[in-house]
Amino acid sequence: MRKDSNFLILVGTIGLFVCVNIFLMASGKLPLSFDGFGIILGAGLTFAVYSFLYKDNPAFKIAENLYVGVSLGYTIVITWFNFLKPDLYDPLIVPMFSKASEKAPQYALIFPSLLGIFMLLRFSRKLSWLSRWTFAFVVGLGAGISIPRVISAFILEQIKPSLRPVFSGGETILSSINTLLIMLGVISVLIYFIFSVEHKGTIGKFSKIGIWFLMISFGASFGYTVMGRLSLLIGRIQFLLRDWLGVLQ
Amino acid sequence: MEKFLRIDRRIIFAIITVAVIVSLILRFELPIPASEPVHGVYEKIESLPKGSHVMISFDYDPSSKEELQPMAVAFLHHCFSRDLKVIGMTHYTGAPGLADQAMNSVASQYQKKYGEDYAFLGYKPGNASLIINMGENMYSAFPKDFYGNDTTTLPVLQGVDSLRNLDFLFDLAAGTSIETWIVYGKEKYKFELGAGCTAVMGPDMYPFLQSKQLIGLLGGLKGAAEYEALVKKKANAVSGMRPQSVVHVIIILFVIFGNVVYFTTRRARHA
Amino acid sequence: MNFLKRTIPLIIAFVMGVLMAMQYYVPHKLSQDLLEVVSRWDRIIAGFAVFIGAYSLFHLHWTRIKRRIEGWGYSVFVYFGAIITLIFGFLNGGKFFWNDKQDGTMFDWLYYYVQVPAGATIFSILAFFIASAAYRTFRARTKESTVLLVAAILVMLGRVPIGNYISQYIPAIADWIMAVPNLAAKRGILLGVSLGAIATSLKIIFGIERSYLGGGD
Repeated sequence: MRKDSNFLILVGTIGLFVCVNIFLMASGKLPLSFDGFGIILGAGLTFAVYSFLYKDNPAFKIAENLYVGVSLGYTIVITWFNFLKPDLYDPLIVPMFSKASEKAPQYALIFPSLLGIFMLLRFSRKLSWLSRWTFAFVVGLGAGISIPRVISAFILEQIKPSLRPVFSGGETILSSINTLLIMLGVISVLIYFIFSVEHKGTIGKFSKIGIWFLMISFGASFGYTVMGRLSLLIGRIQFLLRDWLGVLQ
Repeated sequence: MEKFLRIDRRIIFAIITVAVIVSLILRFELPIPASEPVHGVYEKIESLPKGSHVMISFDYDPSSKEELQPMAVAFLHHCFSRDLKVIGMTHYTGAPGLADQAMNSVASQYQKKYGEDYAFLGYKPGNASLIINMGENMYSAFPKDFYGNDTTTLPVLQGVDSLRNLDFLFDLAAGTSIETWIVYGKEKYKFELGAGCTAVMGPDMYPFLQSKQLIGLLGGLKGAAEYEALVKKKANAVSGMRPQSVVHVIIILFVIFGNVVYFTTRRARHA
Repeated sequence: MNFLKRTIPLIIAFVMGVLMAMQYYVPHKLSQDLLEVVSRWDRIIAGFAVFIGAYSLFHLHWTRIKRRIEGWGYSVFVYFGAIITLIFGFLNGGKFFWNDKQDGTMFDWLYYYVQVPAGATIFSILAFFIASAAYRTFRARTKESTVLLVAAILVMLGRVPIGNYISQYIPAIADWIMAVPNLAAKRGILLGVSLGAIATSLKIIFGIERSYLGGGD
């Protein structure tokens, strides 16, 4: 009985969707073109995904898996046209095998290509150890590059404004209090994250202040997260009402 | 009373859906004053002379499109209306289609020519390495643009052989790309950086605003709406502020009601 | 063999780490050239990582299909979507993949009408769940959670235009929350994370942190 009602809901929804689209095309609200069919497909996928809100169902799973597949295909094709072709195929492979090419092959590119191929050997049982060379190169390079830059951009540059004078002329009392509050907040949050010292006495008090700062910050983040998620929903409903149904201008 | 806490969540879903639809259809005006971080980006663009080079890094994909695409469009309107040269690129494989669409559709409204007034360099992997590569040699990082044109032949890129030569870089971010641009780009190549980000990331960016590592920030759809209002191109983001306001109030009422019910039933149980 | 499998990677990480950290402080032309070459190589290597992700995903769904794991039929749609996109992508509007990318092909159509709407909608579902979760679980049980709740409500009201209507002070309070306590906490976290990242980088360079080598010998 329950299965039957679910089946009826599914068939009814699909039937309604088809009827609405026939009406939209017949009335000229949707063009009888590839773009028109594209909008219908987009609206169909949107409904299929939202059907999950009623309960998990095949339409949602099909839409979800189709999305994964198309995204994967898109990623591979874009990687070819935007990366492999201009960075390796055109400067290295084409001049190597085409006599008509004016440019000499950039043989230096063989080295990173080899390291890239080594990385793919991660899936080979016998040769997976070669991928370690690539990971060592990438990780070592990343570590070396990041140390001085992180110190400069994230530590020194961030400490500077926290240590600026409370009174250097021109500030209001409120802005001076804010400067002090920011300094107190930064220090207390840092103290809260020091786990190698027991949080007792003065350290405990500072750590408690740190928690209060963190709570306000998490509250702000929660508020912003609600805002962000809702914006995504609003965007989808704008698509349905304007692009598909033509109700909004 | 307690039964209110156990209502079918689909009732909440339905209330949210109806609230969004009704407040989109009913048109009412809401004030959208620009906040200081949004003004920061706007004033920077206003201060640039004609022909200045602005780079936009489209670091998002369809999952954050509803927040960041309106920002991209509003920002492009501002740049093209002030006759700035715009160069686009992305770190995201899922972004090229959205970036291409935004750039071409806005450029055509101002009769801008591809290659001369704007260019889209497309996607490249590497994140930090790509930024450093662009800082050291733009043409080595992007030998070709999105359409396969040799970048050395594009007039819009003349004089921009490093990130150092940019007059402004605007990052539209759905991930950690703003931090990456700050650490590996701005730190060494000293260009002016502004950003637009999803609301979820907004609070994390405030330390960079105060330290002036970011000269301005558009946070979420609200930031996009403020920018649309500033450049007088009211579109999706501005109209989205109606449901945004209404649903925020509804969620706050939900939270307050949930707390009242919770504490009332708890007190009754303890009595 | 142990030398090739373990010692050489450790040497590579050490040499690259020390070289690139030193490079930052040497403004000589040679040093700049090295940075350009190495950053170019690194981004080329990074490009190959895309194929690791693609292989993993294809392999996962192939295993589901092969072993007839419950719901395997849905994995067929992953292959269907990927193969159709790859075919149209490499057909490139009749110009084929060895020529430059063409605009306005079926490949772009699939992106605009399948990937964009489905991707945007999947992530927008969270709006419903966050609303439901806020109603059911967001409680002022302790002093700390009350502070969190009040801050969240003020920011939610202050960040939308309706906040101005209710009171001009609400946006001002929201601005203050963002620019003072939020900023201080986020800066504290940023400083902590940065110090941690530097410590990890040093451990990688000196071979103390070796998890990137993976398991085995």
